[in-house]
Amino acid sequence: MDALLLQILNGLDKGSAYALIALGLTLIFGTLGVVNFAHGALFMIGAFCAVFIQGLLNLSYETIDETQKDFLGNPLKVKTPYLENWFGPETGGAIIDWAVPLAILFAIPVMIAVGVIMERGLIKHFYKRPHADQILVTFGLAIVLQEVIKYFYGANPIPTPAPSSLAGAFDFGVLFGFDPNAIIYPYWRMIYFVFAMSIIGAVFAFLQFTTFGMVVRAGMADRETVSMLGINIDKRFTMMFGIAAAVAGLAGVMYTPINPPNYHMGMDFLVLSFVVVVVGGMGSLPGAVLAGFLLGILESFASTTWATTTIPGINQVIIYVVAIIVLLTRPRGLMGRRGVMEE
Amino acid sequence: MLGLNNKDTSLFLVIIVLTILAPVLLNPFPTESTLAQFNAGYPDLMQKFVVFGIFAIGFNILFGLTGYLSFGHAAFLGVGSYSAVWIYKLFTYNVIPALILAVIVSGIFAVLIGYVSLRRSGIYFSILTLAFAQMSFALAYSVLSNPKFNLTNGETGLQIYANDLQLFHREGLPDFPHLFGLSMVSTYKLGVGPWEFQLNVAYYFCAIMMILAFYFAIRLFRSPFGMMLRAIKSNQQRLNYTGLNSRPYMLAAFVVSGMYAGLAGGLLAVTDPLAGAERMQWTASGEVVLMTILGGTGTLIGPVLGAGFIKYFENIFSKINDQVLHQWFTFLPDGIEDVLVAIVHPFIGKGWHLTLGILFMLVVIFLPGGLVEGGQRIARLLRRLSNRDKAADATNVSAE
Amino acid sequence: MAILEVKGVNKRFGGLAALSDVNLSVQESTVHAIIGPNGAGKSTLLNCLVGKLMPDSGSVMFDNQSVLGRKPHEINQMGISRVFQTPEIFGDLTVLENIMIPCFARRDGAFRMHAFEQFANETELIDKSDAILSDVSMTDQRDAHAASLSRGDKRRLEMAMCLVQEPRLLLLDEPTAGMARADTNNTIDLLKEINGKRDITMVIIEHDMHVVFSLAERITVLAQGTPLVEDTPDNIKGNPKVQEAYLGESQN
Repeated sequence: MDALLLQILNGLDKGSAYALIALGLTLIFGTLGVVNFAHGALFMIGAFCAVFIQGLLNLSYETIDETQKDFLGNPLKVKTPYLENWFGPETGGAIIDWAVPLAILFAIPVMIAVGVIMERGLIKHFYKRPHADQILVTFGLAIVLQEVIKYFYGANPIPTPAPSSLAGAFDFGVLFGFDPNAIIYPYWRMIYFVFAMSIIGAVFAFLQFTTFGMVVRAGMADRETVSMLGINIDKRFTMMFGIAAAVAGLAGVMYTPINPPNYHMGMDFLVLSFVVVVVGGMGSLPGAVLAGFLLGILESFASTTWATTTIPGINQVIIYVVAIIVLLTRPRGLMGRRGVMEE
Repeated sequence: MLGLNNKDTSLFLVIIVLTILAPVLLNPFPTESTLAQFNAGYPDLMQKFVVFGIFAIGFNILFGLTGYLSFGHAAFLGVGSYSAVWIYKLFTYNVIPALILAVIVSGIFAVLIGYVSLRRSGIYFSILTLAFAQMSFALAYSVLSNPKFNLTNGETGLQIYANDLQLFHREGLPDFPHLFGLSMVSTYKLGVGPWEFQLNVAYYFCAIMMILAFYFAIRLFRSPFGMMLRAIKSNQQRLNYTGLNSRPYMLAAFVVSGMYAGLAGGLLAVTDPLAGAERMQWTASGEVVLMTILGGTGTLIGPVLGAGFIKYFENIFSKINDQVLHQWFTFLPDGIEDVLVAIVHPFIGKGWHLTLGILFMLVVIFLPGGLVEGGQRIARLLRRLSNRDKAADATNVSAE
Repeated sequence: MAILEVKGVNKRFGGLAALSDVNLSVQESTVHAIIGPNGAGKSTLLNCLVGKLMPDSGSVMFDNQSVLGRKPHEINQMGISRVFQTPEIFGDLTVLENIMIPCFARRDGAFRMHAFEQFANETELIDKSDAILSDVSMTDQRDAHAASLSRGDKRRLEMAMCLVQEPRLLLLDEPTAGMARADTNNTIDLLKEINGKRDITMVIIEHDMHVVFSLAERITVLAQGTPLVEDTPDNIKGNPKVQEAYLGESQN
């Protein structure tokens, strides 16, 4: 029982990431009819926003401390971040410690800008082109973005820790009357889940309760009619692209303490997110979220030692196997609508 | 000739002549000259040209004719390589059985993957094939390399060890892939003045395979079956309402295409008897897509051109480093030289993938028809210019 | 003898009853028109006949065999061809190839892997295609790309693609929609000839009363998903119910 709960919890954070990326993919796909192969790269760029902010906050100057010697006997060079100089070691240190959450503030405008530039500068010109061309050009863009990041940050994962006060773990087990240490869950993963849920909630609320969202939903259903009503649907769709980019970016920012970011993390997530979208049902937002969590948890179950000793490597392929089964039995996915991307 | 019309016959003959003469044609610079680094006429690279040529020809049968964009074709390449190496390990270094198994196994694989993926079309299909390829990669990389059941040897890659069974291996046969005793590594070096040309067995073997693959592709393109595939691309609904079942047509195209990829994978193991999982990764799938569109989707010659182009520049770009650049730009003033080197630096050496990505985007945006279309455009432009010149001459003449 | 027998067909889309209890009987070798105001369910009915839609209940028998649950290509192989409202042709292929495809479908069935055979050797089929092209007077455009044809020519090409299959039943969905008067008259002549010379039964959905009354031998009037009346053109013209449901509306 406790093991079951633990695996569900473990699946939530990966599931959250899948759900957020799949949500953005579906938004773009539903509004613009474009499959964005560069969406994983947006997730990755978000993660590197956190890396950038961490680096920025850690900008330091060197002083020579005569009282200390390094192992060669020379005076020790001490690096002091400017922030600690300006705000004193306590406050400055705290700001640096909170680099990842602070990066959210930076990532939102950056990601929206990246998304809008991408849509206006490139993808706009591909609405009338065949789907294959859209896939190819966004695929090319994904490679370029990935390689640019690699050029600046190298190929190795960059540790980007969570604030030290949030680094611990919470003993869930005690809460439910299990033995202590039976179910331990890091705070940050909990935060990630809550964060993801609130973003998903915000996106749904935005689409459900604002006029903007209403028009977008109408446009998803029938683009031509809406544009004939004299509503400038293009502008709204551009904004939607920006929002989808921001959702992916924030998912990336917050994911950095869970998994140190590297330049190809986006592609790894993208392929799985596509599978999530297909399983959830193309064009269905609730389907994307549901399937994201479902597959995340399933993957977590498949990663238990029991599962991997029974069927070696099951954790690597479980998602694909599920996708195949779903497609063979429910070709439109769990919540797919008829007529979306058919013929 | 051979059931080809005149135009196709001449194209086919050109291909034959070019592949046979490639070791000479691709080595235009004398061995000692500084430009020798641009030579492409050494066996390793030429083998890649023809092997990836086969891969791209096969991919084009699917994508070029039917418009179904498979993003997981590298899976078949990998399967072909693994199958061939297993024949080496268990039976013999002879390449013929290895290739036969490579084609059969990749064909079976293609039936399975195609059967599921082809239930959906358009974007769905691309995503599904991508997912399948990634799954195959995961299988090859970790799942199928556990101590109990080691099919792929994981990260290290499948290779031949001294204690392998090699049932039909005899004393006197080369310890390397061979064709009935003729070792694939043997190379005849032909010196002509300052030039040296390398005539390599593996290259010629792969070249013959490519010529055969190309011939079959022409026949398929011109056959009623090829027409049906083009009809699927053009209007699948009409085809169904015309009494034709598009699904078996698609599956057949997918399987043929997968078998081409398997043949290419097998040939990779002919030139070098090992197989690794990275051959199946999505980057490899993306590369064959790029080769095909760069050369010209749906054209016969395009994929071969694209494969050659990409493999050549991959090779050149990876070789260049900052020193080489400084050598090139040495005629410039120092400041400008450094700036230029700094600008070019991200695109060379390990930056080849960045160049590849940019190239990818540029081709899709500006030249959807690829090099073939580019060539046609230039030819048309030249013709128009020469016509105008003639017209101008004519008016001049009449004015005089 | 009735070649097509539709009995008690119902089809709902959500809350909307697109077809309710539709009965229709088409006699062999006749031209049967289905008319009705917009939204009467004409296209839905047609889609049920060719396997695009599955009715909720009822039966559709063609030549005493049920067509329901069959795939579009199977229904076509039974002998039912369809002309679409907007011409559906193979735009990337030449006119000749467009005609050849139904020829292959007729001769070889739904699938044949003729990957190593040569197109040029199919002289019999090419001759057949050329003959039909000259029938619809499109010989000049034989090697043109189908996408480059005018709309009227596309329509004729689509018609030729159906005719070359020698179907027993030809379904036409507004074959003259968007055509100029002269083209319309040509189409009427062509269809008359088809019906007369080739003995093909036709079901035609049409808005243009000129076309309907020039061609049809029987007319079914559909309104709100149910057949109102079925009769000869002369009787339909004078029928007050029809005038109320349809003609009256169009005169407004």
